[in-house]
Amino acid sequence: MHAIRLRDVAKSFGPIQAVDGLDLDVPEGACVGLLGPNGAGKSTTMKLLTAQAIANRGELEVLGHALPRESKSARAQMGVVPQQDNLDTTLTVQQNLTVFTYLYRVPRAGRRAAIERALAIANLTDRRDTKVDELSGGMRRRLLIARALVHQPRLVLMDEPTVGLDPQVRQEIWALIDRLRGEGVSILMSTHYIEEAERLADTVTIMSHGRVVAVGPPELLVSEHAGAEAVEVYGPPARLAEIEAEAVAAGHVTRRTGTSVAVLRLNGNAPAGERRPANLEDVFVLVTGEEIA
Amino acid sequence: MTTASLRKRRLGRLERPALAGVLVREAINYSSYWRSTTFASTVEPTIYLLAFGFGFGSLVSTVGGYDYVEFVGTGTVATAIMFSSVFATMYGTYFKREFQRTYDAILAAPVDTEELVTGEVLWVALRAGVYGSAPMLVAMVFGLDPAWGMLAVPGIAFITGFGWASFGVLVSALMKSADTFSYITSIVVTPAVLVAGTYFPLSGLPEWAQVLGQFNPLFHCVELVRHAAFGWEGWADVGHVAAIVGFGLLMWRLAIWRTAKRLID
Repeated sequence: MHAIRLRDVAKSFGPIQAVDGLDLDVPEGACVGLLGPNGAGKSTTMKLLTAQAIANRGELEVLGHALPRESKSARAQMGVVPQQDNLDTTLTVQQNLTVFTYLYRVPRAGRRAAIERALAIANLTDRRDTKVDELSGGMRRRLLIARALVHQPRLVLMDEPTVGLDPQVRQEIWALIDRLRGEGVSILMSTHYIEEAERLADTVTIMSHGRVVAVGPPELLVSEHAGAEAVEVYGPPARLAEIEAEAVAAGHVTRRTGTSVAVLRLNGNAPAGERRPANLEDVFVLVTGEEIA
Repeated sequence: MTTASLRKRRLGRLERPALAGVLVREAINYSSYWRSTTFASTVEPTIYLLAFGFGFGSLVSTVGGYDYVEFVGTGTVATAIMFSSVFATMYGTYFKREFQRTYDAILAAPVDTEELVTGEVLWVALRAGVYGSAPMLVAMVFGLDPAWGMLAVPGIAFITGFGWASFGVLVSALMKSADTFSYITSIVVTPAVLVAGTYFPLSGLPEWAQVLGQFNPLFHCVELVRHAAFGWEGWADVGHVAAIVGFGLLMWRLAIWRTAKRLID
């Protein structure tokens, strides 16, 4: 059983083909990271899953409901954490949660408990009467996540859950997402922070130009696309170009990191340089291409 | 997207829990801003009432067979309905859609555009029902005699407010930016308030303006309010109700249609 199953989904906005033949699976209970450069189609994919965008073609199934026809039933069982904070800023923490217990049809008898649970998840129990205006950025993001959980959804969509947050706050959010994972909630999380996907996702789907270019568990993707280790060679631009040519001739692949060339898929005769384990970022750059769109 | 695919998307339409969700959100928000809104919605028409009442009242004693304070006291009800409905939705929905992104959050919940728009409009109509009746109470202080029929005024204000609130949602969904709202205010809202028999009777206007007035839902509202206060006029009033309800239903459907186009890609 899949929480999300997309087959050959396409969506265009005028001349722009935002999503172009997308296949995506989120197995029940799994956390799937949706990676991709800006404009790869991640946000459009998220909108398709809540029927806030309607696909031009393809099959979409969320929690067993066919979209867009049965989207409302699917939405009743899923929570959405948007990229852009859309809390009611003049209301208190608790009032924001109360509104969502109604929007998500939490039965009257369970409303109080649902709000208390969400407050505990967000670690905002002491701040229940604080206006959102007066919360820190991290608290707001925790509330935004807790708001999506008042009805104990089976599936949570998160669109760039830690974008714009400082490292300490990012870790808090990661801990929160990890706890959800532990509870067996299915999660689809779009991000362009590689580390985030590496740490949290069971499976990573890398998108580029509206389609999937790589999919699999992070470790597997790394060994498959980048090998076990990378060698970073530093030098002036002319030297870097030489290194690249030599590496390619020797059957390696390379990617620029800005200040160095990383030589990947080593096969014995590696150039001299700094050795490090290959990582998901190497894979990301290899499969999405180096040029900036 | 087409309306056909919209219709396919719905499992249940206009479900009560979805409407309740939208209404509860408005009600809780209202608790944080009711003072300013109540002030604007009651003081503004009261100023009109006083200005016209004393200003014109000193020149004319009766208009269309009514004491001028009776005429203006009932006419200002329409102004109050207009002020508390069309602006609330025109600016309110624009703000919630473009800046607060509230509608993205609501539509991610099990709420459809039809329910979202209906809930928003119902809420504003309820407020118009209350705020619309306020000027009549003020007019009583200045000599408007209470009558049993006046108990119908909140209801009249509600159905009229429903139509104009829907009109505001429609405008908000059609316009590219909030700057253009002032054109609508000048071209539609202000003339509708004035050519409705609010402060002076339509009979004093050129014939083309009188004909135009017949198509103004606010004119039918003013007629109904006067008849509620001074005596019903049978089938004529049924006609007025029909005109207001027709306007409301039309605007409601148009508002849903255009808002869906705006919110669903």
